[in-house]
Amino acid sequence: MRILVPIKRTPDPNSLVRLTADAQIDLDGCKWIVNPFDEIALEEAVRQREAGLDAEIVVVSIGPEEAADQLRACLAMGADRAIHVCCNRSLEPIQTAHLLAAVVATEQPDLILMGKQAIDGDQNQTGQMLAGRLGWPQATFASTITISDNHTTAVVEREVDTGRETLQVRLPAVVTADLRLAEPRYVALPAIIRARNKPMANVAVDDLGGVPDCGVRTVGYELPPSRAPGVMLPDAASLAAKIREAVQ
Amino acid sequence: MSKLLCLVDSAGAGLGAQASLATFAADLCINWDSGFSICYVGSEPSAESMADLCSLGAMEVLVMADEQFARLTADAAAEAIRTLVIAEGYNILAADCSSFGRDVLPRACALLDIPMISDVIAVDATGPAPMFRRPVCAGKLIAKVEVTSTRYACTVRASAFRRERVPSGNSPVRRIDSGLDGITAGTEWVGASHVESKRPDLSNANVVVSGGRPLRDSETYERLIGGLADCLHGATGATRAAVDSGIAANDLQVGQTGKVVAPALYIAAGISGSIQHLAGMKDSKVIVAINTDPEAPIFSVADFGLVADLHTAIPELISLLS
Repeated sequence: MRILVPIKRTPDPNSLVRLTADAQIDLDGCKWIVNPFDEIALEEAVRQREAGLDAEIVVVSIGPEEAADQLRACLAMGADRAIHVCCNRSLEPIQTAHLLAAVVATEQPDLILMGKQAIDGDQNQTGQMLAGRLGWPQATFASTITISDNHTTAVVEREVDTGRETLQVRLPAVVTADLRLAEPRYVALPAIIRARNKPMANVAVDDLGGVPDCGVRTVGYELPPSRAPGVMLPDAASLAAKIREAVQ
Repeated sequence: MSKLLCLVDSAGAGLGAQASLATFAADLCINWDSGFSICYVGSEPSAESMADLCSLGAMEVLVMADEQFARLTADAAAEAIRTLVIAEGYNILAADCSSFGRDVLPRACALLDIPMISDVIAVDATGPAPMFRRPVCAGKLIAKVEVTSTRYACTVRASAFRRERVPSGNSPVRRIDSGLDGITAGTEWVGASHVESKRPDLSNANVVVSGGRPLRDSETYERLIGGLADCLHGATGATRAAVDSGIAANDLQVGQTGKVVAPALYIAAGISGSIQHLAGMKDSKVIVAINTDPEAPIFSVADFGLVADLHTAIPELISLLS
């Protein structure tokens, strides 16, 4: 079977966030990583194969020229080949889903495994939109995945507001990864060197039918209101008094 | 003319979140001649929850009740919503940021080919195009999003639209056929394990007591965090680390990817305050932090801090507060 893992290049969450004079995000000197949830999705795909699943793992990223760095990191983690859709503009999830659906039409994967959200935009939409667009079943916020021996279904345990829920999806399907699906491995140097020889295809946005306008535009950013400095208290008794005040 | 539909589900976070959604809807349609409608999607609602839904100021309350929704899958629910939206001509959809809203609404958007704005915390509908504010990068920044499309959807962060509620009017009710019998979905609901709790719902509680990994095990978590929460009639919460190490259940996780809460009082015990955790609680009205490390980042957002070992400080607090 073929597993497609879409990944996003995102700023490191530990990077300082500053604003430019015109209210845009200042990304100067920022460290870039594979979106952690996508990394979890890829780790799960690689582990499924290590556990005996006969699968080709293809990673795809829509992003600037530099997103090739993140695709290389994914190849080093264990993906077999990469597809880089070069795109320098920022996309809304509905536009990303549109482009990914075009990649799916060519690649014909049996399973799309991706992060539940990107840690920069925090939208949590793309996987669901891709599934809807393709008319495929979806299982979001996955914490375990069991693929049937004949590769026709998958049983997915998912994290929901009230606890856990189990779904069985017919394949092909879209599954989005939650935090506890898998812990990404540390990639050693030899794997990074070997990954240099793995294939990476470049695809232009126009080859995928272009990006339709969607009428949503981020005009700028602002810092959240800061909290007034707090008070350190000497003991539990004085803290208990403040707690009593707060709940009155 | 704009027609706004708020979607609520039976598993949703209850009246508090529904009232917040209605407040958001009222803010968005402030300049329209028409108001907003509510559609309930779920198994047969109780008379009490119907009365609540009818008191939120909606022009109309649609009821799409079907016992099949008790084993709801996103495929079927999104298809039912798509059919309803097209038949009734709604062009704007809104839902709470619950598992339902986050799972089903983006899929429905794809079926309708409309964009979506997640986690809205403020709306300004006074200009020609509405402007929404939403947190990004784990709440380190707020994005201002202008929507010129006439068709779109939003999920709404309930805690940002919590206001004094004035029950208004008694909306007329109209029942809608779910059409689920005609939908074949590729997803089968297998089962669920729900954690039963006698404590208030974490997302809507007035007081939340949260603990981190220093709690060590689930018994200590229950005795200290649970004990203090019970003194204050509050809910319990946890960090990712506490959930990962089996100290607390997954539905108690507070943070960027867990639940986002904004109670009147948030007590963080043995929590260092990672960016991801702060994203889930820093809009709480009063924040109390108890930690052995005076340099812990949690103290930078705390109104009241106590440098102490929670294993001695919390039993003391419990005896002082009971």
